Amino acid sequence: MKEKFEILRSTCVPLPLENVDTDQIIPARFLKATTKEGFGANLFHDWRYDKQGNKIETFVLNDPRYSGKILVAGKNFGCGSSREHAAWAIAGYGFRVVVSSFFADIHKNNELNNGVLPVVVSEPFLAALFASIAENPETAVEVNLPEQRITNMSTGKSENFEINTYKKHCLINGLDDIDYLLTNKQKIEEYERL
Amino acid sequence: MNTLFDKIWDAHVVAAVEDGPVQLYVDRLYCHEVTSPQAFAGLRERGLKPFRPERIFCMPDHNTPTRNQDKPIEDPVSKAQVDTLQKNASDFGLTHFGMMHPKNGIIHVVAPERGLTLPGMTIVCGDSHTSTHGAMGAVAFGIGTSEVEMALASQCILQQKPKTMRITIDGRLGKGVTAKDVALYVIAMMTTGGATGYFVEYTGAVVRSMTMEGRLTLCNLSIEMGARGGMVAPDETTFAYLKGREYAPQGEAWDKAVAYWKTLGSGSDAVFDKEVVFRAEDIEPMITYGTNPGMGTGITQTIPLSSSTPEAGRASYRKSLEYMGFNEGDPLIGKPVDYVFLGSCTNGRIEDFRMFAAIVKGRKKAPGVTAWLVPGSWMVDAQIRAEGLDGIFADAGFELRQPGCSACLAMNDDKIPAGKYAVSTSNRNFEGRQGPGSRTLLASPLVAAAAAVTGKVTDPRLMINA
Repeated sequence: MKEKFEILRSTCVPLPLENVDTDQIIPARFLKATTKEGFGANLFHDWRYDKQGNKIETFVLNDPRYSGKILVAGKNFGCGSSREHAAWAIAGYGFRVVVSSFFADIHKNNELNNGVLPVVVSEPFLAALFASIAENPETAVEVNLPEQRITNMSTGKSENFEINTYKKHCLINGLDDIDYLLTNKQKIEEYERL
Repeated sequence: MNTLFDKIWDAHVVAAVEDGPVQLYVDRLYCHEVTSPQAFAGLRERGLKPFRPERIFCMPDHNTPTRNQDKPIEDPVSKAQVDTLQKNASDFGLTHFGMMHPKNGIIHVVAPERGLTLPGMTIVCGDSHTSTHGAMGAVAFGIGTSEVEMALASQCILQQKPKTMRITIDGRLGKGVTAKDVALYVIAMMTTGGATGYFVEYTGAVVRSMTMEGRLTLCNLSIEMGARGGMVAPDETTFAYLKGREYAPQGEAWDKAVAYWKTLGSGSDAVFDKEVVFRAEDIEPMITYGTNPGMGTGITQTIPLSSSTPEAGRASYRKSLEYMGFNEGDPLIGKPVDYVFLGSCTNGRIEDFRMFAAIVKGRKKAPGVTAWLVPGSWMVDAQIRAEGLDGIFADAGFELRQPGCSACLAMNDDKIPAGKYAVSTSNRNFEGRQGPGSRTLLASPLVAAAAAVTGKVTDPRLMINA
């Protein structure tokens, strides 16, 4: 059973870069663990720390002005490697929502399978949100999953977002796909006999 | 409708979730050591066993060293991950080709060459380059670890059906232009996210006349434009490649299989959600200059100006060139090269080693260059030796290493040092991909070989005889 998701209101961490690949989210040398824990400490490791392991002050995760459970990123977020460790790192760090105008397919599924909600917004909504956060780092965003609505609390602008009914049901009820698949074993055996 | 992809996908739907994904049966689940341990752990926590163990094939490839594989892995964390896969396979009765096993190698090189991957199959693996297997006319795609757990538990995964795209490449490729160049050209034109949400079928005269190795390279790189997968309709080239391979059907079963495989191609009435056409004559040997595979251009070109990219992407574009230490407008030819990597699931097959040998034969490795030649599997290694290519490499000052993913993602000791330039035949030039601070230029085996003997980016067409 995973943590249930309904309505989240939080400040945001802005990452206005495009094509952020999963090698940046979690570099390959941190993939050697055999459990799902501890990846949050290495989220964006090579942008976050220098070679000596000191914090790079200019990177958003190290900037004290920004915090919250929502990561806002440029388009094509999570491209490249299928590593689910990227989703474990995002969830492990404490994010529950990633907002972007476009997500890579595999990473989007990985987020959904780990209780992180990818919210796809329009390019103008994303640009306005980056502008709001730049102007006021305290800008909050409200994500309402049952109503599939995201609101920039600084401007009051709302937008609806898409999510398939099944995944929405899973997130709201904290269920996962294996629970579903296992109720369907008979159908699998019937398929195999065809 | 009625595409190669639709035919295979639809034949594997077990059930549909109302207003949601479909439950898709998978014929093969491939597992490597990096993305499977948490899936096996999840299975144990639920008190389950793999549902169809005979359909699951495991092998370590990401962490394996490329020297002294007969000795224990020195890095204890890498060793633990490789040992975990062996234990999981042994506990659950799964086929496992461990390190030094004659069938070991990179999973995407081994499965096609052993005939495990066959036309008409659905294939998944916790690895984005699973798209490689589409070259055989299979629906193959990368998945996350939660989905690996699903496939272990039920031999099915829940998946939204992607849209379909046909990419046609007409005409005839020029001298020195390889499947890798075709792929890098297509990705540069489509951009790194341009095929997201689509499953791609490659066709046209260029693809039809490509060898199996070339098609595997082409399909391998589909993910680098965001595609869910890439595939090529099975034809005589496919059948000739597969016939007699260890796990391929034999005798009567073979004839029956071929008859079925011949029905899989897209119908003349097939409808794709998107169609794109390219011309072979527009493609020259390619090389990348930035930090995603879409940032590539013809080797004789200059690095595009940031003003030629869309406004919203300019900050990312400049950050990328800054990381590479390149300037807008710089020519690529003549850029100094410190490292050369030949290998990976993209270009670690026999044909890639033949191409590299064709250039380095009778020449010498440039003194300042460190080169790593890593076969994709022991089968490729054996073929290299059988053809005497190892002698050509040795005479030119190159050392052949042992199989694995190696410097493609540097999970073993093969790391490109910070700030150094590597011409690599692999698939990703992301920041730090080949080691923290490494700078990667993706290219074909011919371009890699030309760089290895000259110490700089060089047009291989000037070095090919006849």
